[in-house]
Amino acid sequence: MIVLKINGKAHELADVDADTPLLWVLRDELGLTGTKYGCGMAQCGACTVHADGQAVRSCVKPVGDLVGKEITTIEGLSADGDHPVQRAWKKFGVPQCGYCQAGQIMSAAALIESVPVPTDDDIDAGMAGNLCRCGTYVRIRAAIHAAAQDARP
Amino acid sequence: MTPAQLSRRLFLQGLAAGSLVVAVRVSGPCALALVDLETEAALPFEPDVFVSIAPDGWVAIVAHRSEMGTGIRTALPMIVADELGADWERVRIEQAIGDAEYGSQNTDGSRSVRRFYERMRIAGATARTMLERAAAARWGVDATDCAARNHEIVHKPTGRSVGFDELVTAAAALEAPAREELRMKPASERRYVGRDIPIVDLDAIVTGRAVFGTDARRKGQLYAVVARSPALGGRVRSVDAAKAKAITGVVDVIEIPPFKAPHAFQALGGVAVIAKSTWAALQGRRALVIEWEDGENARFDSTSYERALVQAARESGKTLRDEGDVDAAFSEAKDIFEADYYVPHLAHASMEPPCAVAEVTTESDGTVARCDVWAPTQNPQAAQTEVARTLGIQPANVTVNVTLLGGGFGRKSKPDFIAEAAYLARRLKRPVHVTWTREDDLQHDYYHAVAAVHMRAALDGAGRPQGWLQRSAFPPITSTFVRGARYGSAGEMGLGFTDLPYSVPNLRIENGPAEAHLRIGWLRSVAHIYHAFAVCSFPDELAHRAGRDPFEYLMELLGEPRFVGLEGVEYPNHGEPLARYPIDVGRLRHVTERAAELAGWGRALARGRGLGIACHRSFLSYAANVVEVEVGSDGAITIPRVHVVIDAGLVINPDRVRAQMEGATVFGASLALYGEITAENGRVQQSNFHNYRIARIYDAPREVNVEIVASEALPAGVGEVGVPPFAPALCNAIFAATGKRIRRLPIARHDLSS
Repeated sequence: MIVLKINGKAHELADVDADTPLLWVLRDELGLTGTKYGCGMAQCGACTVHADGQAVRSCVKPVGDLVGKEITTIEGLSADGDHPVQRAWKKFGVPQCGYCQAGQIMSAAALIESVPVPTDDDIDAGMAGNLCRCGTYVRIRAAIHAAAQDARP
Repeated sequence: MTPAQLSRRLFLQGLAAGSLVVAVRVSGPCALALVDLETEAALPFEPDVFVSIAPDGWVAIVAHRSEMGTGIRTALPMIVADELGADWERVRIEQAIGDAEYGSQNTDGSRSVRRFYERMRIAGATARTMLERAAAARWGVDATDCAARNHEIVHKPTGRSVGFDELVTAAAALEAPAREELRMKPASERRYVGRDIPIVDLDAIVTGRAVFGTDARRKGQLYAVVARSPALGGRVRSVDAAKAKAITGVVDVIEIPPFKAPHAFQALGGVAVIAKSTWAALQGRRALVIEWEDGENARFDSTSYERALVQAARESGKTLRDEGDVDAAFSEAKDIFEADYYVPHLAHASMEPPCAVAEVTTESDGTVARCDVWAPTQNPQAAQTEVARTLGIQPANVTVNVTLLGGGFGRKSKPDFIAEAAYLARRLKRPVHVTWTREDDLQHDYYHAVAAVHMRAALDGAGRPQGWLQRSAFPPITSTFVRGARYGSAGEMGLGFTDLPYSVPNLRIENGPAEAHLRIGWLRSVAHIYHAFAVCSFPDELAHRAGRDPFEYLMELLGEPRFVGLEGVEYPNHGEPLARYPIDVGRLRHVTERAAELAGWGRALARGRGLGIACHRSFLSYAANVVEVEVGSDGAITIPRVHVVIDAGLVINPDRVRAQMEGATVFGASLALYGEITAENGRVQQSNFHNYRIARIYDAPREVNVEIVASEALPAGVGEVGVPPFAPALCNAIFAATGKRIRRLPIARHDLSS
């Protein structure tokens, strides 16, 4: 049996094969629907979660590879939606339809964790894997700069 | 009871007894009912829109249009709240189910605000008037001395006030005011309209709690994916489901019958794999062995089709607008210049692919009693009709619950995917969640039509057009509803083509025939995309040919401020009378001049950089773009800056208008840089984002400056208006930067290296 630690809590997965992508386990087995399907081949980033703080595409990540890792989804990023990235997203009114935004936020949070003061080029590189069909990129960029400022001690 | 009434009853039961419920009928005389929860005497009343106030003072406003990212779930309630004098912090939004009683819920055509602005005001004003009268009666004063302010009624002469909550019971007992008794707030007293208000779903979205169609869950639901014919109209010849059924978690494999032409909104048909999880269903589908019988569209090949389409646009077609004597102008011309433009099929590619959950209730004898669906639909009423047809029941027995939409762009107006869920739920006798994969979405879309546009100008000695011929050919949307339709409708031709705003003495506008081999549908800004690409690129070409500045040439071509007359032309004007929404060249000139001014048109630019300009009226609004492009010596394109000016008349939520303009530049960049769906043997060749590319953060304009023209004119469209001018402005900028003219999209096909 596979045991995954997600948002600080251990989940025992009795009927799940090790090669099942994390995305479908989150959505269909555990009811954590904040993480979204967009492409199924790590092209769009809608399914982005953190594994030990690193952004990973859960649509291609087999659960078997994640045993022992700390998985964080959008539901566990902060207690009250007050992570610096979430605050900046609200301040700048980033979302339009909102579908890709959980993935965008998770990628952005991982980015400012690894690059505390990202340049525009850092943002281009760090966010290149996250598509937004509504086209919120201008505000994503502005919000990441603001979140990075906000997150500094 | 109709579903709307049922829903309303459940909704009302959720409020404490004694709520004031104001229902407003907005077409015809304003009727209004106060709902008595004890007797429910007024329930049969059929409103379009309603507002209710609970005894604790909370105001509930029904949002009857679908939220796909434009902010409409916020904007329409803002209008109601403003007119009511409510405190936005004490307003909650209820999403309507699909029902014709609300009026049109078909959320497309950039028309939610323009069609419902007045209706929302009536709803708010009606409730306010009753509260004012209730307060006046309580105080024994004149109601005209009472006014709503921030969730209270204030007696202006004395300054005393009473909260909405304390007035609910008394107001509910009053006669409803007639429409002519309503006094609308003057602009000076607006509190929300015209102000930046965050969208109501913001917190839910950034914490992952927002419920999209894909997140809808019913107890005991199964998950389904469907294998559909690779060519449109193909059928299953044989299917071997043994391996699929052997996969752990797969519950069943069911054939969905093929559609009967014309396909319209019917389920395409195919083979469904139903499982306990999406992943199991996907694996099951992969294990199916299906032999398809191809059908007539299997001969569709984009390469040969393109040649024929360009030729069709070059040959005489149906004349739709004819002014002066074009033939004479061409025979007398000093110079004739022509150009052929081409825009491929495009896919919607909303980030949330189509999906739906359906639950069917059967009678003891097995017949279907009713169906409930949860879906990200732009058109819940069409979904209701299609589900009813699929199941052979009355639309009144279908309840369509509208979730948030993870993008729509026109795709989710078509309820074929909801019909699939309904069909499978009946067969399985359990709730079924149908998921489309990205591959399904890109290969079975209702595609934006491929189009060729032929432009021809008869020029005088100064390079000014004295004669103008333009002709477009594209497989029409009508082909989705009428088998074999080949000509564009007046509606499509009126999207940026028959309404040409240029001042040319001799003018002819035509349409050529084209067959459809894929399902054709409408995509954000529809025929404006290819029409504007040609109509806004061609003047730039003519300007350069004449050795003129493109902006100055364009302004001269627009001519004097005037209303474009279209006598004798069948022109739907986005469904509005020309008298109310004329084609106002003055407004188009203004946005164009402002965009040029803001962009510093004419300024010196670094090598490899260029500015391009385009202006276009669409959805009754006016927009201009100046795009600044940088083309590297390797041909790589970056877009450092875009200036957008929009005149959409009165604007409700300026921040969301800016967001729509920002997003439209990215949508425009996607289609201009990369957008192309092609087919071989009737099979769409693109399958996912690696080969159907959309703009990524580094492709998108780095800076988008939006100016909204301050206006009290009638509200007009916003959601689609920013898209049409972007691609031509970008290509004009590329020409300015490189001397290379792009007439065939996407840009990625062209080598721009130097």
